[in-house]
Amino acid sequence: MTPVSPALAALAIGDDGEPLIRWDWIRRNLSDDILSALKEHLILSFTPILLGLVIALPLGIACARWRRLYGPVLAVTSVLYALPSIALFVVLVAFSGLTYTTVVVPLTLYTLSVLVPSVVDGLGSVPAHVRQSAVAMGFGELRRLVQVDLPIALPVVMAGLRVATVSNISLVSVGALIGIGGLGELFTDGLRRDFPTPLVVGIVLIITLALLSDLILLLIQRLLTPWERARATRRKNRGQSRDRDRVPAAREGETA
Amino acid sequence: MITFDGVTKRYPDGTVAVDGLDLEIQAGRITVLVGPSGCGKTTTLRMINRMVDATDGTVAVDGKDVRDVDPPALRRGIGYVIQQAGLFPHRTIVDNIATVPYLLGWDKKKARAEAHALMARVGLDPGLAKRFPAQLSGGQQQRVGVARALAADPPIMLMDEPFSAVDPIVRAGLQDEFLRLQDEVEKTIVFVTHDIDEAVKLGHRIAVFQVGGRLAQYTTPDELLSAPADDFVSDFLGGDRGIRRLRFSQELDAEQAAETSRSRGDALGQDAAGPAVADR
Repeated sequence: MTPVSPALAALAIGDDGEPLIRWDWIRRNLSDDILSALKEHLILSFTPILLGLVIALPLGIACARWRRLYGPVLAVTSVLYALPSIALFVVLVAFSGLTYTTVVVPLTLYTLSVLVPSVVDGLGSVPAHVRQSAVAMGFGELRRLVQVDLPIALPVVMAGLRVATVSNISLVSVGALIGIGGLGELFTDGLRRDFPTPLVVGIVLIITLALLSDLILLLIQRLLTPWERARATRRKNRGQSRDRDRVPAAREGETA
Repeated sequence: MITFDGVTKRYPDGTVAVDGLDLEIQAGRITVLVGPSGCGKTTTLRMINRMVDATDGTVAVDGKDVRDVDPPALRRGIGYVIQQAGLFPHRTIVDNIATVPYLLGWDKKKARAEAHALMARVGLDPGLAKRFPAQLSGGQQQRVGVARALAADPPIMLMDEPFSAVDPIVRAGLQDEFLRLQDEVEKTIVFVTHDIDEAVKLGHRIAVFQVGGRLAQYTTPDELLSAPADDFVSDFLGGDRGIRRLRFSQELDAEQAAETSRSRGDALGQDAAGPAVADR
């Protein structure tokens, strides 16, 4: 057999008599270890999301406004994204020690590298004729940004936000290698003690957390962008309405 | 009245979009700018609300140079309709129509009430008020675009190929209703199209542009069809100019016939206007 960790082997085969899950361990450790790890995980994954959003919005808006800025910004964020998280964590320990900051800073940078392009693409998704008619109606630049451009960009920004969130939730666990990893610490604990239960608990919780966060963000997006659903139900509604400008059936598929 | 006085638009790359344009656009009438693509008609239109600023010359509205007005303020006083309607996809129909009233800081209730009234006026089912633009057909969207331009009751409306994106049957209906609406509101309308038939049908006066941004002829539809100024204009009018002119004068005759019979108060006479046209 290849020299893998016995705990992993147990997970795969379950032949050393140790069950995959010991429910009594979960019961005993639920209130402190597991819940505090979960709490830490939430803080470590959502702080970078919030910080990233706060930075990415103005940065993305600036990049969309002054296109020349976008190339360099994209280059920097892409390079940062290519750096392995563990390397960043280790380097940052030298500056910020074993604090949340050490994990939050790299994850914020990753969030930026996803969100800045999302904001730029989102603003780019505003149709030229819509932007032009906004100008022609007499919107000032700031008002147009807030009332027209950003709302229309929202679905693309939210898509980026969902990717960044799920990716952060998974990346936080790597922080366990420097002792700050939320649910990831259940992995190090389980591996160290050849004990699969914390591993299983950690995996299940991280996946649940990721799915749940994604679902919540999706619901928020639905609530904030009712017109997107209207677009999807267009054909049905058009069938019901008494459409004075009904175009011949052949053209209907074309325009839908 | 809108006045162009020696207006030239030259782009940094040297392209001349509009070349030394002198033009007087009458208040309360429909003036159509027509010409092939690249003739500067849209640029001319956009210089009125400063979407484009002239390189030389002055554009004045009622004697006032548009450059002396802050662009957003200027634009809120000038209605604007474009080809794809340019509706805000994230706003309901009623909020789309109330856009300029909102910008002008009207009370929200008043703005919405005005928007609802306008929907009826442009022939939109009031049940569509809470819909989003994507749920409407092209023709309906175009009506919303017209209603939105009218919302704050601006004296001037700029229309850039507003009916080009819909199919011919819908377009004819929209044109007819547009003429009926203009009879009620009597706005100063500047209308851009590349379609000479549309120009003849809608315009009180027609300005024919040729590539390079030069005004080739500026006159009434009848005069344009009967006496094109040069070869370019007669080419642009096409070989069936005679038929166009015939159709145009028939429409005039029919209108006059209807008018006369109405003034006589003769119910039968009104019906007679229909067959009278068909007989010819």
